[in-house]
Amino acid sequence: MIATGAVGAVGVGALAWPFVASLAPDAQTVAAGAPVEVDLAPISPGQIVKVFWRGKLIFVRNRTEEEIKAAQDVNLASLPDPQPDSARVKEGHPNILVVYGNCTHLGCVPLGNEGPFHGWFCPCHGSVFDTSGRVRGGPAPINLPVPPYTFVSDTKIRIGEESNAAPKAAHA
Amino acid sequence: MSQHATTYVPKSRFAKWFESRLPLAGLVHSSFIAFPVPRNLTYFWTFGAILIFMLAAQIVTGVWLAMHYVPHANLAFDSVEAIMRDVNYGWLLRYLHANGASMFFIAVYIHIFRNLYYGSYKAPREVLYLLGIIIFILMMATAFMGYVLPWGQMSFWGATVITNLFSAVPVVGDTIVSLLWGGYSVGNPTLNRFFALHYLLPFMIAGVVVLHIWALHVVGQNNPAGIPIKSGKDAVPFTPYATVKDLFATVVFMMFFAWWVFFLPNYLGHADNYIPANPAVTPAHIVPEWYFLPFYAILRAIPDKLGGVIAMFGAIVVLALVPWLDTSRVRSANYRPLYRQFFWVFVIVCVLLGWLGAKPPEGGYVIAARICTAWYFIHFLVVLPLLGLFETPKPLPSSIAETVLGKKGGAGMPVGAAAEPSTRG
Ligand code: HEM
Ligand code: FES
Repeated sequence: MIATGAVGAVGVGALAWPFVASLAPDAQTVAAGAPVEVDLAPISPGQIVKVFWRGKLIFVRNRTEEEIKAAQDVNLASLPDPQPDSARVKEGHPNILVVYGNCTHLGCVPLGNEGPFHGWFCPCHGSVFDTSGRVRGGPAPINLPVPPYTFVSDTKIRIGEESNAAPKAAHA
Repeated sequence: MSQHATTYVPKSRFAKWFESRLPLAGLVHSSFIAFPVPRNLTYFWTFGAILIFMLAAQIVTGVWLAMHYVPHANLAFDSVEAIMRDVNYGWLLRYLHANGASMFFIAVYIHIFRNLYYGSYKAPREVLYLLGIIIFILMMATAFMGYVLPWGQMSFWGATVITNLFSAVPVVGDTIVSLLWGGYSVGNPTLNRFFALHYLLPFMIAGVVVLHIWALHVVGQNNPAGIPIKSGKDAVPFTPYATVKDLFATVVFMMFFAWWVFFLPNYLGHADNYIPANPAVTPAHIVPEWYFLPFYAILRAIPDKLGGVIAMFGAIVVLALVPWLDTSRVRSANYRPLYRQFFWVFVIVCVLLGWLGAKPPEGGYVIAARICTAWYFIHFLVVLPLLGLFETPKPLPSSIAETVLGKKGGAGMPVGAAAEPSTRG
């Protein structure tokens, strides 16, 4: 009885697996995840550009001096998801912020330069992000994540590929 | 199964031959012809028939739409526009289907509130009631996926927000979401599988409806007095009484339905859904279809992602627990003076939640939504259990016939023929 049941359970599991696995992103979708290059030269200070990588929206923001300063002069202890601004940008490029463009609450696209911190404001349920893409209010639980990317030159980044010189630990 | 007034007796030779091989005619006869119906039923008891009609209508219009619709991210929006402009009567099929979903929910909400008022979920109808909740959940899943199909802005962002609810699940949340999407965001694979499921689920609903009616056949209908059929005087046969009444109510409902389809076909939808899906821009006000608004308000009332998701799903789970949360032995609110008042407060709270769900999540709206959300749960988890202990019900009538005819009696079904099995209280 028990042996039969066990064999049956293994059989059902083995048969169920292909059905579940087939729902995952297929080879084509995964292959479409090849890195994309973004030319930074045309992005003027204060501008936010939207690009897609693996079907996901990404913001590339060229931050102004004030925006950088606002992002750095923050009492980390007061943040819901504490992370220094330096861990969210690449060394030597404090003006370029690259973050995923979907709100970490339920995925809407936050509006740039809006909200009390002039970073982003999500119109769906009111999440507020600062100029470092960190959550500062509303139901979003974590900061806008930084996708893997690397500087191929001073004016060009490649999204989807991490540089060898990784930034300081992403999450404390 | 209980004995009924008349049992089916096959007459022709063919009928006898067939009946001894598959007693289908006997089943139909005992369920829809001789079935004893409490004689005091009101029009609130016609919504079951209306719901069956709506399910059939959605399946017929849906299958016809599927003959023209293309489930691909690059083609779906244009195919729906082609249905609207090029397909003969395509506009009618689509408006019937889109408004039909709303009509379906109007009917199901009336049906559910009817159950809550008359205590129809109490023994022996718990399984019948639970099957109804399962149908309700399947309906919500079906309608949600259907709304994604036209691939407009609301389709896309509704799909994004609702699938992201699952990302709140600890540890495996992101894996679940990527299995739902078949990608790294809502995209073509998502649309394709939602179409497959949108086609499938209504037939699963039909299957559960069969179980629902089977359970009803066993335990019989509740009624405004909430007391069981005790003698033939309390009941009338399903045909012609209930058949004609159900048909009449369905026709009136069809007129109401037609009024929306022909005069306000887009009133219940959102203009944003006539803009093709754009993954780079979220509409300024994203709101779900009206029938999801109370649940959406509950989601937004909780200022925490996981908490909001738990509260929203909890609002449905708690509905399923009602048979065990309500401690009163009296079914009908007509004989429960306190419950009756709390029932109406609950109805108002639900309507308010629906209204708040459409408002922007700021200031006073958020506070009101929190109060209503709290009351929604208090009603089920505190009021229902306590009322049964503290409330003094009014005296129950001695029979259904008495509530209709006074003490003088009258003609009904043949005595003894219609009694509910005696094991129930
Ligand atoms: C429980 C029953 C059903 C409900 C509640 C339902 C609900 C919906 C909703 C709300 C929409 C979006 C309408 C719009 O705004 O355009 C829709 C679209 C659609 N449904 Fe259904 N549906 C049901 C059954 C079916 C069935 C059985 C089929 C058969 C294939 C079907 C096929 C379609 C198609 C092809 C569309 C896209 C065309 C369009 O958007 O008008 N539906 N459904
Ligand atoms: S999706 Fe941004 S706050 Fe909910």
